[in-house]
Amino acid sequence: MFKGVINLKSAWWQIALLVILLILPFIAPTFYVYILALVCVTALLAMSLNLVLGYGGMFQFHHGVFYGVGAYTVALMLTRTSLPVWVGFVAGPIVAAALGLLMGWLCVRLTRIYYGMLQLSLGSLVWAIVFRWYDFTGGDDGIHGIPVPGVLSSLNGSYYFALIIAAICLVVMYLIVKSPFGSTLQAIRDNPGRCAAVGVNVRRHQLIALVIATFFAGVAGVLFVTVEGSVFPDLLFWTLSLEVLIMCLLGGWFTFMGPVLGAAIVVLLRTFVGIYTEYWALILGVILLLVVMFLPQGVLGYFQERFKRGSKAATKETGA
Amino acid sequence: MDFLPDVGLATLGAQLMVGLSRAMILFIITAGMSLILGVLKIPNAAHGSLYMIGAFLAYTVAVFFSGVAGFWLALIIAPLGVALLCLVIERGLLRHLYEREHLMLLVFTFALMLALDDLVKLTWGVEYKSVSVPAIFSGSFSLFGLPFPRYNLFLLVVGVLVGVGLWLLINRTKIGKISRAAAVDREMVDAIGINVSWVIAVVFVIGGWLAGLGGALIAPTVNISLGMGHSILIEAFLIVTIGGLGNMWGALLGSLIFGLTHCFGVLFLPQFAIVFPYIAVVIVLIIRPTGLLRPTAW
Repeated sequence: MFKGVINLKSAWWQIALLVILLILPFIAPTFYVYILALVCVTALLAMSLNLVLGYGGMFQFHHGVFYGVGAYTVALMLTRTSLPVWVGFVAGPIVAAALGLLMGWLCVRLTRIYYGMLQLSLGSLVWAIVFRWYDFTGGDDGIHGIPVPGVLSSLNGSYYFALIIAAICLVVMYLIVKSPFGSTLQAIRDNPGRCAAVGVNVRRHQLIALVIATFFAGVAGVLFVTVEGSVFPDLLFWTLSLEVLIMCLLGGWFTFMGPVLGAAIVVLLRTFVGIYTEYWALILGVILLLVVMFLPQGVLGYFQERFKRGSKAATKETGA
Repeated sequence: MDFLPDVGLATLGAQLMVGLSRAMILFIITAGMSLILGVLKIPNAAHGSLYMIGAFLAYTVAVFFSGVAGFWLALIIAPLGVALLCLVIERGLLRHLYEREHLMLLVFTFALMLALDDLVKLTWGVEYKSVSVPAIFSGSFSLFGLPFPRYNLFLLVVGVLVGVGLWLLINRTKIGKISRAAAVDREMVDAIGINVSWVIAVVFVIGGWLAGLGGALIAPTVNISLGMGHSILIEAFLIVTIGGLGNMWGALLGSLIFGLTHCFGVLFLPQFAIVFPYIAVVIVLIIRPTGLLRPTAW
C-alpha cells in the first residue's frame, strides 16, 4: 500500500506525459506523429539496454543485434509465411530472447570490457550473415513493403500501438527493477565478489537479466516494423548499438527514465536539426562533448542530483 | 572436403601474400589504438575517423603536388597532419577528462567521431576520392606464377618497418619506458617527478600518427569515402581485444589472424568471406577471454 502511494505520487509526470502523447495525434501534423512513434520505439530499445547496462553493470556493446533480429523475424514471418500475424509479433521477441540466451551463455563468463568485446564480435557475426545472405534476408537491400495488417498499417494506428506497448513494457521493466531480482542485479553491479560470497549465483542473474533485456529489444524491433514497414541490415550494425548506448549515457544510465530522455534527445535532434542542415552529427557530437565535460551523470542524472540536493537543503532549513 | 573449390598451391601462396599485406595495414592502425588503450585506458572510437582523415589528407597533398613527389609527400605530411590534430584534441579537451569513468570516455571519443566525420564531409564533400600510385609501385610482378600487386609488397615492407620502429621506440627510448611505466601506474610515475601529462599527450599523438599513416597507405588502393572509418574501427577494436588489450605484439597477431582468415575466406566461400574473421575472434575469446597475449594493466 505504501509502495502504491509512493508510485502514484512520484509517477505523476510520467502519467501526464502519457496523456499528452495519447491526445497528440489529434492536434499534431502527421510528420510529428511519425517522429514520436520512432521516439517510442527507440526509447523502449534504450530502456531495455539500460536494464543490463545501468542496472546490471554489464557492458552490453551490441544491443542493436537483438532489436534487428526481432525486426527481421517479424518481417520474414509476414513476407514468407502465411501464419497468423500475431504469431510473427510474438515470435520476434522470443527469437531475440533466444539469441540473447545463446550469446549470453557465451558472454556472461567474461566481465566488463571482455564481455562487451565478445558480444561485439558475436553481434558482428550475426550482422555479417544478415548482410550477405541475399536469398534469405535480402542482404544489404533489406526487406521493404512488409504487409502490416489492418489497423496497424495507418500511421495513427502504428503510433498508438507503439506508444501503448512501449508504455506497458516500461511499467513491466519498472516492476522488474523494483523486484527482489532487480535489487540483486544492482547489488551484483556494485559488488559482484561480495554477492557471490553471500551465495548469489552471479552469472545466472546476469543471464536472466540479459534474456529479459533482449526480449524487450525484440519487442522494440517488432514495433519498428509496424512503424516503418521495412527492415535493413543497418539495424544490426554496431553504429546503431553504440548510438543506443550513447542514449543511455546521455540521458543518465543510473536513472530509470534517463534512457527515454536520451533517446528522445537523439531522435528529435537528428530529425529537426536534420531539416536545417545535413551536419546534424556535428551538432550532436558537440552536445555530447559538452555533456561529457559538464554533466558526467547524464542529463536526467544531473537534474535528479540537483533536485535531491535542493530538497535536502529545504528540509534542513525547515528543521532549523 | 570435396565441396571446396580446386585451389592450387600457387593460388594459396598468392592469397597468403595478399592477406599478409592486408594484415600489415590493420597492424599499423591497431598498433596506434593499442598504444592509446594501453597507456591512456581509452577505447578510442575516433580512431577510424583519424584513419579516414589520413586518407583524405593524403588525397589533398597528392593532388596539390601531383606525380611521384605528391605520393611521397602525402605519406609524410598526411600522418603528421593527423598527429597535429590529435595534439590539439588531447591538450584542448581530453586531458581534462582522464579521471572519468571508462564508459564516459567512450562517449567522448564517440562524440569526437561524430564531429570529425562531419567535419570531413564539410571539408572534402561526399564524392569518392582516389589517389594514383607512382609508376614503380603500379602493376604487378609474378609470384608463384600468379600476378601480385607491387604496391602490396610495399605495404609489407612498410608494415615491418613500422613494427621495428615501434619496438625500438617502446623498448629503447626514454619516452617509451616512461609510457610503459605510466601504463602500469600513472600516479607513481607522477610522484617521482615525471611530467606524465606530456608523456600521455605524446602517446596519443603517436597513436593518431599511426592511424593517419594507415589511412595514407591505404589511400591508393581504395575509394576514399566517408564510411571508410566505420568498418575499420570495429575490426581494430576486435583485433586489439583478441591480441590482449594494449599489447603491441597482440595487435600484430590479431591483425594476422584477421587479415588471413578474411583472405582465405574469399577463396573458399566468397559470399560469406566477411564472416570468417568474426568467427575467429569468437573462438579466440571463448578459449582465451583476455586475448592471446598478456594484456597490459587493465
